[in-house]
Amino acid sequence: MTTGSIRRGRFGALPWIGPAVLLILVMVVWPAIEMIRTSLHEIDQTGIAKGWNGISNYRSLIHNPDLPQTLVRTLLWVSVVVVATVLISLPVAQILHGKFVGRKFVRYAIIVPWAASVVMTATIWRWMLDGFYGIFNRILQDLGILKEPLDWLGNPNSAFAFLMVVAIFVSVPFTTYVILAGLTTVPDDILEAGAIDGANGWKRYKEIIFPLLRPALLVSAVINLINVFNSFPIIWAMTGGGPGYSTDTTTTLAYKISFRDQDIGQSAAMATVNFIIILFFISIFLKVSNWREASE
Amino acid sequence: MTMAGSSTKRFTGRKVSLTISGWVIGAVFILPYLYMLITALKPKAEITKIPIDYLPSKWSWDNFTEVWHVIPLAGYLKSSFFVAFSATVLVLIFAVPAAYYVARNKFRGRTAFLMLVLITQMFSPTALVVGIFREMIKFHLVDTYFSLILIYGAFNMAFSIWILSSFFASIPVDIEEAAWIDGASRFGTLRRVILPLALPGLVTAFIFTFIAAWNEYVIALTLMSSPEREPLTVGLTSLIGQYQIQWNFLFAGSLIAIIPVVILFAAIEKYLVGGLTAGSVK
Repeated sequence: MTTGSIRRGRFGALPWIGPAVLLILVMVVWPAIEMIRTSLHEIDQTGIAKGWNGISNYRSLIHNPDLPQTLVRTLLWVSVVVVATVLISLPVAQILHGKFVGRKFVRYAIIVPWAASVVMTATIWRWMLDGFYGIFNRILQDLGILKEPLDWLGNPNSAFAFLMVVAIFVSVPFTTYVILAGLTTVPDDILEAGAIDGANGWKRYKEIIFPLLRPALLVSAVINLINVFNSFPIIWAMTGGGPGYSTDTTTTLAYKISFRDQDIGQSAAMATVNFIIILFFISIFLKVSNWREASE
Repeated sequence: MTMAGSSTKRFTGRKVSLTISGWVIGAVFILPYLYMLITALKPKAEITKIPIDYLPSKWSWDNFTEVWHVIPLAGYLKSSFFVAFSATVLVLIFAVPAAYYVARNKFRGRTAFLMLVLITQMFSPTALVVGIFREMIKFHLVDTYFSLILIYGAFNMAFSIWILSSFFASIPVDIEEAAWIDGASRFGTLRRVILPLALPGLVTAFIFTFIAAWNEYVIALTLMSSPEREPLTVGLTSLIGQYQIQWNFLFAGSLIAIIPVVILFAAIEKYLVGGLTAGSVK
C-alpha cells in the first residue's frame, strides 16, 4: 500500500509483533486483572481466596482510619513535587542551554540522580538527615542556625517535607532534559536576542520561548505526575511511610496493607483505586502528547 | 565606542553569572553522591562520631577492597547482572521485530498495538505489585530470577520499541529493496542490512533496559526472599536496620553499583528524551 511496505507473510503482523504482545498480556494485563479480581474477593491471611465478596474490601478500605489523611497527603505529594519540579527545571534548562565553561561537565553531573538507583539516592539522603550522625545537622549547627541536632525524619512534618525534596531532586534531571530538547527547537537568534536586551528578556521569554516550550512542558509534567504518584523507593527507604502511617502515600499504603498488615483484599482495593487514577493520568497524557500523529 | 564597551561588559557579566549558576546547579546534583563517596572512605570509627566530621581523618581506600568480605556484594552484583542482562536480551529479541514491522507497515491493529505499548510504558510495576505477586504465586515463580526477567522485560519493552522503530523508519527502504533483489530473505535483510545501520538505536535500547532492570527495587523487594538471590538494590538496603550497619561499606557498595550505570547512561543521553516521551517531543 505505502512505498514503505515490506512483503506480507502468510500471518501478517503476528509473527513480528506477537511475542511482544504476548509478553505484555501475560506480565502487565494479567496482573492488572488479577489485582482487580482480588479486590472483589475475600482473601484470608495466607492469601487464599475464599470466594467473591462484592465491594466489602472497598468498604473496609473506606473505613481504614489512615485513608483520609493519606489521600490528602498524596494529593499534596503529587502536586507539590510536580509543580516544583517543573518550576525548577525551567530555569535550570535555560542555564544549561547557554554556553559556559564546563557546561558539558555540569550536564553530566545532572544525569547522576537520573541514572542512579533511586533507592540508593534515598539512602544517602536518609544518612545525611540522620538525627545523630547526619551532616545536615552538623552544617546547620556550624552556621549557627541550629543549637541542638534535630531528628528530621522522625518528625512527620519535616520528614514529609524532605521526602518531597528528594522526589524533586530525582525528577528535575529528566524534566530538565526534556525542556532542553524543547529549547533546541527555539531558533538561536530568538534566544540570543532575548539574552542581550536585559529588560526585554523576560517579556521575550514569556511571549516567544515559553509558548514554544509548552508541548515539552506538558508532556514532562504528565510523565512526572505518573512517576511521582507511583513513587515508592524514596518513601520506603527514608521513612517506611512512618512514623506510623504519617508519611505514606496511597502507593506505599497499598503496599503496607498487603505485605505488612497481611490484608490482601483491602490492599488490592487500594491498588485498584491507584490503578484507575493512573489510567486517568494516561488519558491526559494521550491528550497532551498527540502521540498518534508522531508515531505515524 | 563607550556604548559598545558597556554592552560587552554587560555581556561578560552575564557570562560570569551564567557560569556560576551552571556550576552551582551541577554541585547541587552531585553533592549527595560526593558525600556518599566521603562516607565510603571513612574509617569505621568515624562513621558514628558525634558530631560527625565533614571529611575522613584518613582516606580509607581499602574500604573498597574490604567491602567484598564484609557484605555479600559479589552475590548481589551477580544477581543484578544476570537479571538485568537476561531481561535486556529478552527485550531486544521481542522488540526488534515488532519495531521493524511497525516502522515499515501500516496494518490493522497498528494503532491498538502502539496504544498497548504506550500504556505499559506509563505503568510502573509498582502500580501492579499486588497483582504481580499473586500471579507469581500461581505460577510458582516467587523468589526466582525468571520472574524478575519476565517482568522487567515486559515493562521496559516500550522504550525499545519506540527508539528502534524511529531508527528503522529513518533507514531508506531502497537499501532493503536492493537486498531483496539480490535474493535475501526479509529476516536476512533485517539482520545483515538494517540492524548494523540501526546500531546506535540498539545500543540505546540495550543500555536503557539494562539500567532500568539494574535499578529496579519494588518488585525485587517483593518477590525475592532468599538473601543469596537478592539483587543489589534490595541486598544493600536490607543491611539498613540490621544491627550495627556499617554505612561506609553500604555506600562503597552503592557506588560500585552506581558509577558504571551513570557512565553508560551519559553515553546514550542524546537519544533518551525521544524514547521516554514516546516521540511526542520533537
